[in-house]
Amino acid sequence: MSGRRKINFVDVVGSLRTHALKALVPLGGATAAAFAEPARSPLSPTNIFAPVSTPAQSIFDLSRLVLMVTAAIFVVVFSLLAYAIVKFRKRRASDGREPAQVYGSTQVELAWTVIPILIVVVLFLAAARVIASIQNAAHPSNAIEVTVIGHQFWWEYRYPSLKVVTANELHIPVSDPAHPTPTFLTLLSADTDHSFWVPRLGGKTDLIPNHPNSMWVDPRETGLYLGQCAQYCGTQHAKMLLRVYVQTRDEFDRWIQDQSRPSQIRDPVSEGQKIFERTACISCHAVAGTVANGRFGPDLTHLMSRDTIASGAAPNTSENLRRWIQDPSVIKPGCKMPAMGLSDPDLDAVTSYLETLR
Amino acid sequence: MSTESIAMPKPEAAPRTFVEKLHEWVTTVDHKQLGILYVLYALLFLVFGGVEATIMRIQLIRPHNDFVSPQVFNRMFTMHGTTMIFFVAMPILFGFANYLIPLMIGARDMAFPRLNAFSFWMTAFGGLLLYFSFLGGDGLYGAGNAPDVGWFAYAPLTSQTFSRGHSTDFWILSLLVSGFGSVGTAINIIATILCMRCRGMTLGKMPLLAWLNLTMAGLVVLAVSPLTAAQLMLLVDRYLGGHFFDTQAGGSAVMWMHFFWVFGHPEVYVLVIPAFAFASEIIPVFSRKAIFGYPVMVAATICIGFIGMSVWAHHMFTVGMSSAANTFFVLSTMAIAVPTGIKIFNWLATMWGGQIHFKSPMLFCVGFLFQFLIAGLTGVMMSAAPFDWQLGNSYFVIAHFHYVIVGGILFALFGAFYYWFPKMSGRMYNETLGRLHFWLFIIGFHLTFDFMHIPGILGMPRRIYTYEPGRGWDIWNLIVTVGVFFQAAGVLVFIGNLLWSYFRGELAGSDPWDAWTLEWSTTSPPPTYNFAAIPEVKSRRPLWDIKHPEDPDWQYE
Repeated sequence: MSGRRKINFVDVVGSLRTHALKALVPLGGATAAAFAEPARSPLSPTNIFAPVSTPAQSIFDLSRLVLMVTAAIFVVVFSLLAYAIVKFRKRRASDGREPAQVYGSTQVELAWTVIPILIVVVLFLAAARVIASIQNAAHPSNAIEVTVIGHQFWWEYRYPSLKVVTANELHIPVSDPAHPTPTFLTLLSADTDHSFWVPRLGGKTDLIPNHPNSMWVDPRETGLYLGQCAQYCGTQHAKMLLRVYVQTRDEFDRWIQDQSRPSQIRDPVSEGQKIFERTACISCHAVAGTVANGRFGPDLTHLMSRDTIASGAAPNTSENLRRWIQDPSVIKPGCKMPAMGLSDPDLDAVTSYLETLR
Repeated sequence: MSTESIAMPKPEAAPRTFVEKLHEWVTTVDHKQLGILYVLYALLFLVFGGVEATIMRIQLIRPHNDFVSPQVFNRMFTMHGTTMIFFVAMPILFGFANYLIPLMIGARDMAFPRLNAFSFWMTAFGGLLLYFSFLGGDGLYGAGNAPDVGWFAYAPLTSQTFSRGHSTDFWILSLLVSGFGSVGTAINIIATILCMRCRGMTLGKMPLLAWLNLTMAGLVVLAVSPLTAAQLMLLVDRYLGGHFFDTQAGGSAVMWMHFFWVFGHPEVYVLVIPAFAFASEIIPVFSRKAIFGYPVMVAATICIGFIGMSVWAHHMFTVGMSSAANTFFVLSTMAIAVPTGIKIFNWLATMWGGQIHFKSPMLFCVGFLFQFLIAGLTGVMMSAAPFDWQLGNSYFVIAHFHYVIVGGILFALFGAFYYWFPKMSGRMYNETLGRLHFWLFIIGFHLTFDFMHIPGILGMPRRIYTYEPGRGWDIWNLIVTVGVFFQAAGVLVFIGNLLWSYFRGELAGSDPWDAWTLEWSTTSPPPTYNFAAIPEVKSRRPLWDIKHPEDPDWQYE
């Protein structure tokens, strides 16, 4: 990892397996192990039934009630249906006479109208309570504010009060239930509709142009939480992945500090930087402190502090970076970044320049 | 049975040439021929839509598969959804409505035969236009492509900025054209049912199928019109500089969602109510009992129609509506479970105490009952808005609505095919093949759509052409794909059965099921004029009254 900042916070506390893996990764080795391990949960890192944040937890609690009620209805009606088709099937010995004709019964029909109405009332009240508790939650003054901007096909994160801009990997502090420090997300879109969905943190909310939305999370455990865009947004909707790093407050503050200073630019300016600034790269990408100030693509100021490139589609290794600059469609066909058509030496130079952006 | 005894002179004309027959089918205004055209046309598109689904499932069989490119995959799900809803489900149900309603209410044709033909051809041209996009979608560039904006085509993905070429235009125009056809047919159904009933058939004595199709037609008029309006607005946006949905110029993407779903949700009931209608005709006949609680069944249907118009925004729980709006749509959506539940209980009560004959039509109807129960319950789960914030747009939703459309509607439709095939063709289908079709299809259905709920719960969103390994989705996707092949085999058996039986099946006679509604009182297939003499009815089951003069229904109704 050649001096890259270690990403200890992504370990689920006490996960021995992860530590063992890290010990095996040789320093500077650029392998898939550079991917941080997602926080473990039963069955899947994106299981909606493994909540670690209040909105996800309230939804989970509601879903347990709903599942119990619907399961009970299912068992009753299923049994009646199964009983009817077994009991009342035509017997071989039947005498060919038609069964007794029954045209209806007001009492039973009233019963199976009123009982469902009562069930509906119970479920409705339970759902209404959770809607209010999540949508109308108080907005404490110590909350972290993040503006999330959906782009085809990546995520831009801005921390307006902390003066930090980053892409694709969201960092937020853990929230101690005793002294909650929730994170409030303002959801905007730069182009088409998207949807922010990290199942273990909360339900999804859409990012719609001209229609600012908001949501909040307060994760109670550190770790890496995964998700992905959940509203079809174009060709590469599938590889618009979400990575949320939940850190201790100290780690989060240190991360903010690192992100808010400009990259250290070498003097004299490297060959790679010259090529980067001479070609179309800077029309879309920004590197703070240089002439590059494009806004259509991810901010690259601290590119090397990220585990992945291409919105989570590939680990951030020197090999992948080079492949990506050469032809992004190898990793993400249909994405908006064009192949830059650089010669091999230029490609190497730009790649080495990008690798200095820590 | 006595009504088939009218002696008809055998026509002496020379056998007609192929061109003459073709001319007759193309120019026909007969409701039965148009009904059959609708059904055959829909079956053709069912094969197209099925192939598209199979391509998607092969792509998703394992993570990072590269069977098709993302562009092709996105076209496949757009075309699959659009085809199945607009060019399979609607036409096939219109086809049965067209064929059956005049026969069941004792009429000689629909109220407006030429409007009927016009509507069919509009729908047919709409489908052709949609599929022509494979050749002409990119306009002048040469190689074409199909639309790839998803079947609900959310703005602003459909704007010129994000959707160049003409593929989206093909999508818009094909739905516009077929929309006119749908509204025409709906008006025709309403007029036929209200004006063309035979003597004695008051509204309260109509077969349930007529009542349910009346409700369906009302919903079509109310629901398809906003969709047509939205398509026109989208065309204005794309070509005349309008800004209805153009967010870059201050338009509203959310307004498109409202327009689309104010069509889209009633559309679900447009499709499912005719399926209820089939079940309401088939279950009594094969249980040998009158339908339980006819007035309540009618009331529940109309109730579903009204409430169904007020639930659309439950498709929009994640777009950031106010908590009050979300709460309202939770209530309206849950409320619709009540009349739907009444229907299930009434079908159950119809079977209760009967003598159930498990012929193919009834097998499919029983499958429909069980599966529709589950589909309804997963619907209740998602009606709780917070739960939908997790489940919405995930594979759970895909599983849920395929449970409705395949497990519910398609099963009832297969039942209807087997039930009325003898009437339409004059020949019996092959019962063994019918059972084989049922078992293949039900196994495939459950493999595919039961297991599809799980990746949704594990966080897999819809409309992704590939997925990451290590998310716990792999095994479920594999099982889902395996099920597809059982379903495809079932459909092949079904089509084979129809073809074989059409040429080789036993003659059916006019009333093979010992049934009770008027269509069984005429010959199979019925003559052009349906009834030699317009019947007169005294109860909801006129043929029961004839068969049981000692115990007629009209004494009880």
